[in-house]
Amino acid sequence: MGYLLESTWYILQGCTTTLKLFALTLLFSLPLGFICAMAKTSKVKPLKFLMELYTSVVRGTPLLLQIFFVYYGLPIFFPGLRLERFTAAVLTFILNYGAYFTEIFRGGIQSIDRGQYEAARVLGMNYRQTMSRIILPQTFKRVLPPVANEAITLVKDTALVVVLGIGEVLRNSKEIVARDFTISPFIIAAVIYLMLNYVVVLIFRKLEQRYSVYE
Amino acid sequence: MNNTMIKVENLHKNFGSLEVLKGIDLEVRKGEIISIIGPSGSGKSTLLRCLIHLEKTSSGSIIIEGSPISFEEDGRQIHFAESVIRERCRKLGMVFQNFNLFPHKTAIENICEAPVALGRKSKAAALAFGERLLERVGLSEKRNSYPCHLSGGQKQRVAIARALAMEPDVMLFDEPTSALDPELIGEVLAVIKELAEDDMTMLIVTHEMTFAREVSGRVIFMDEGEIIEAAAPEKLFTDPDHPRIKTFLEKML
Ligand SMILES: Nc1ncnc2c1ncn2[C@@H]1O[C@H](COP(=O)(O)OP(=O)(O)OP(=O)(O)O)[C@@H](O)[C@H]1O
Ligand SMILES: [Mg+2]
Repeated sequence: MGYLLESTWYILQGCTTTLKLFALTLLFSLPLGFICAMAKTSKVKPLKFLMELYTSVVRGTPLLLQIFFVYYGLPIFFPGLRLERFTAAVLTFILNYGAYFTEIFRGGIQSIDRGQYEAARVLGMNYRQTMSRIILPQTFKRVLPPVANEAITLVKDTALVVVLGIGEVLRNSKEIVARDFTISPFIIAAVIYLMLNYVVVLIFRKLEQRYSVYE
Repeated sequence: MNNTMIKVENLHKNFGSLEVLKGIDLEVRKGEIISIIGPSGSGKSTLLRCLIHLEKTSSGSIIIEGSPISFEEDGRQIHFAESVIRERCRKLGMVFQNFNLFPHKTAIENICEAPVALGRKSKAAALAFGERLLERVGLSEKRNSYPCHLSGGQKQRVAIARALAMEPDVMLFDEPTSALDPELIGEVLAVIKELAEDDMTMLIVTHEMTFAREVSGRVIFMDEGEIIEAAAPEKLFTDPDHPRIKTFLEKML
């Protein structure tokens, strides 16, 4: 029992890093995705093209490869740009999830009926007023389920940074597994991920309930 | 005193190579109620949409209370900035066939949204005015209902109140009852009739011939992008000059 508690405690210490990575990624990739989606749905051709390039490259290549690229690859192209391991991981995650959120938000914005724009327009609203008061609030509700999905995936994806040797949940459990030749730390890690995702699901369920008063 | 609200001259509208409006001339005077009838695809909606600039005109003039949003002079088309057009189109309100209410706003919020957003009224003033409008369309008790909880007729009445909240000088209706179950049409027409009694200037695209005959001072028959005949309802419905109108009316009855 004491052994289990001790392992659990050690693995839980990795939670700080996992949570930090999770929180920082969401904190920056959501606004990034939002801004890129606005650019992608705008009428500015070069911007649209740039965003298309960004989302197709990022979504078309493995996240793991991107982590390697940012950590090992960037210093080769830009000598002196050797990022710290955690910084490299956070940066990659933000760019990666930003691309997915861009597509989710773009889809959300474009799913709003044209009649909504027309109604706002005949009432005299300009583009900014139409977006902020009519289109985006409706988009917000529609993108909640796919954003929740991404958040759940993100919890699990944080485990990928084990390849950089960052001490998060998976890495800490792996250490014990290697030391003691027992599989139980992996089970502990699984339970921790499950619980983290349970919290994520709860939060999004609450949000969805709050916005279910209409439709 | 010039009481022309809208003046349209030689208005053309193309969608690509498709010519939808082929030189429309029209003058709408203050307090006039004009019904626009005609077969499907004749350009009725497009005409209304051009007036309020949901569609960009291809050529010709549209002048709203003396201020052009589209202007042709000696064959040259003069263009205006979007913000200028938006300002000038504020004299017009529009009601759509499928309501286009804001689903995330309650009835009263739908009505107050634009006046508050555009800084036309303080929140309190907009609310007070909005409540009067709701009462006028007979929906005071639905004040806090979301559109999804309203019937089609109720939605359309809220949509009318929402347009009125911007205090337009002219109201455009594009088939306001076509999406409604037959038993709900009456309540919407009643609201429009009340507006008529208050001398609201209105352009109404409709398939409700009895209503058009009752309420309008002038009826316009459109076909293939042209105004074929414009006349008083008694004349147009009983003794139209054009045989096409007779055929159309026979089909409608
Ligand atoms: N955005 C568009 N792009 C291309 N063609 C269009 C567009 N809007 C309308 N049209 C075409 O223009 C013509 C006139 O359409 P409009 O909607 O004005 O007719 P209408 O008289 O309102 O018909 P209805 O009684 O069916 O509403 C139709 O042939 C239609 O297909
Ligand atoms: Mg139409």
